[in-house]
Amino acid sequence: MGDVMQNHPAATAARKSRTLRAQAAAGARIAQLLLGFACAFLFWYLTVDVWQLPRFANLPGPSEVFSEWFSPDPIYGLSFYTPDYYWHILHSLARVGVAFVLATLLGVPLGLLMGWSQRVREYVFPLFELLRPIPPLAWVPLAILMFHGTETPVIFLTFLAAFFATALNSMLGARSIDPSLIRAARCLGAGEWRLFSRIVVPGALPQVFSGLQISLGVAWFSLVAAEMVSGEYGLGYLINTGYSMATYPTIFIGMITLGVVGYLTSVVIRLIEHALLRWGNDEQGGRS
Amino acid sequence: MTNHVETQDASVAGEATRGFTEILALYHGFGRGAQRIEVIENCEFKLKPGKLTVMIGPSGCGKSTLAKLLAGYLHPDEGSLLIDGRHIAGPGKDRLMVFQESALFPWMVNEENALYGLLASGQVGAGARQRVTALMDRVGLGRFRHKYPGALSGGMQRRLEMVRALVNEPALFILDEPFRGLDAMTRTLMQEHFAQMFEEGRRTALFITTDIDEALLLADEILVMSSRPMKVTRRITVDVPRPRTVAGMIKDERMKHIKVAVTKALYSEAIKAFDGSSRAVAAAGFEKFLDTTQ
Ligand SMILES: Nc1ncnc2c1ncn2[C@@H]1O[C@H](COP(=O)(O)OP(=O)(O)O)[C@@H](O)[C@H]1O
Ligand SMILES: [Mg+2]
Repeated sequence: MGDVMQNHPAATAARKSRTLRAQAAAGARIAQLLLGFACAFLFWYLTVDVWQLPRFANLPGPSEVFSEWFSPDPIYGLSFYTPDYYWHILHSLARVGVAFVLATLLGVPLGLLMGWSQRVREYVFPLFELLRPIPPLAWVPLAILMFHGTETPVIFLTFLAAFFATALNSMLGARSIDPSLIRAARCLGAGEWRLFSRIVVPGALPQVFSGLQISLGVAWFSLVAAEMVSGEYGLGYLINTGYSMATYPTIFIGMITLGVVGYLTSVVIRLIEHALLRWGNDEQGGRS
Repeated sequence: MTNHVETQDASVAGEATRGFTEILALYHGFGRGAQRIEVIENCEFKLKPGKLTVMIGPSGCGKSTLAKLLAGYLHPDEGSLLIDGRHIAGPGKDRLMVFQESALFPWMVNEENALYGLLASGQVGAGARQRVTALMDRVGLGRFRHKYPGALSGGMQRRLEMVRALVNEPALFILDEPFRGLDAMTRTLMQEHFAQMFEEGRRTALFITTDIDEALLLADEILVMSSRPMKVTRRITVDVPRPRTVAGMIKDERMKHIKVAVTKALYSEAIKAFDGSSRAVAAAGFEKFLDTTQ
């Protein structure tokens, strides 16, 4: 049936018009996106450079920021051409990377176990719920007292919030699995380990990944906060010194870079998710 | 390949002696104190090996509860359930169940779903794979082997679940309203499919339904259940050869008699749900209905 349809001229035409429509839709999306950016930059440009509104008087305008950013010889010492710029990015990326991987390696198994086993949940969850609402910044003194050097406290703070977000969502994921699936697997002879590895883990995976997205967001959030408190490199440090040294264009460079790098890391997670959750992608209509 | 399938079918037919099921003085209820409801009360029956027994009863009477007891998900308050002389202590692969709700694993491709029981017990060899392939072809799922269940229609999902249960060669096959919620056309096709699959395998099966025509189309034996608390009120043997069709059943005198008998037994239970004046109205409606069947 499919083969017959494919060779039919009407079907070919239909398919062509479908691709065209898809391309048009993608084009429209990009246009909207560019328009959004253009508006934001126009606002920035008008408020700072043209109207010079009082509240914006101390801020650098887009022209100043971008000429600094693309300058081989930047006035304030940081641009695309200086190795320092990449050194900051690399430090932040490495810290987030280590903290995020640790949070995932510890948070996902713990969360799944909490969701799967009532016993584990009863032991761990109350403590978990007590610690979770404490903001990462409240841990700063403890982090500094516990860990020596500059790197480990920063990584610890970045790890904390990410860990809680990951564990909580993994637990919810494991608990959200349709009990009839678990019953069916049991009935078909699956032992506990098989049940966990083949039913609970894949069944929880969509929620685990939404947890990872949240976790990554809070990891960046706490990283920048931690880097502002301590550290010698990193985008948070860059933004903070930009303020204290009054090199204002550098603040903007740091902020925009943070946005772009943060976005790219979340894209990486999404790509991994797509690769792992193929069954969710070509599902048509879903289960009733 | 064809030979292989035939020998498999022959060996399956040889196993028809498995699955002798006895339900003895069974009691089950839910809740405590004032909330307590007795769902099954002194229920007794036997399932003959190699026969398709259809259990029919008003909805809410306790059929699914009984199915869960048989599957081993629930433990009875009193009484015993035996399969081939052994007590049912918990879920086991000798009894497989197909529910009204789909219980396919959405993250496994259809073939993996069908193989799940064999994979779980580490019995999957080339022979098992071939059998799954043959069975999937038989029920029209051959092209969907490497697709995910989400891409299947409701009727296809139900067929895949049957394949998954059948490849495990359960001694007792329990189906709890498996075709409920399917549209009329698909439902008829599924009934024909199922009757055919049963004829080829002849494994002991308990099929639960609320639909009289479905019962008549499929059953070797019909158990009519009372309303809650549930027990067997009538046992009717349907000795009409398969394949049966709805059209054929309308003409067949034996079938008409059986239908009237089942309807009457079911009616006398259903009417208990009505009270006072509405009972008289329901009774009048029932008389009219009987006229049309005779
Ligand atoms: N887990 C449960 N807890 C309390 N009551 C239940 C439970 N399961 C079923 N029941 C009650 O038992 C009765 C029979 O239910 P069920 O076996 O599903 O009926 P059927 O399948 O015949 O429609 C219903 O009144 C239902 O409310
Ligand atoms: Mg039911």
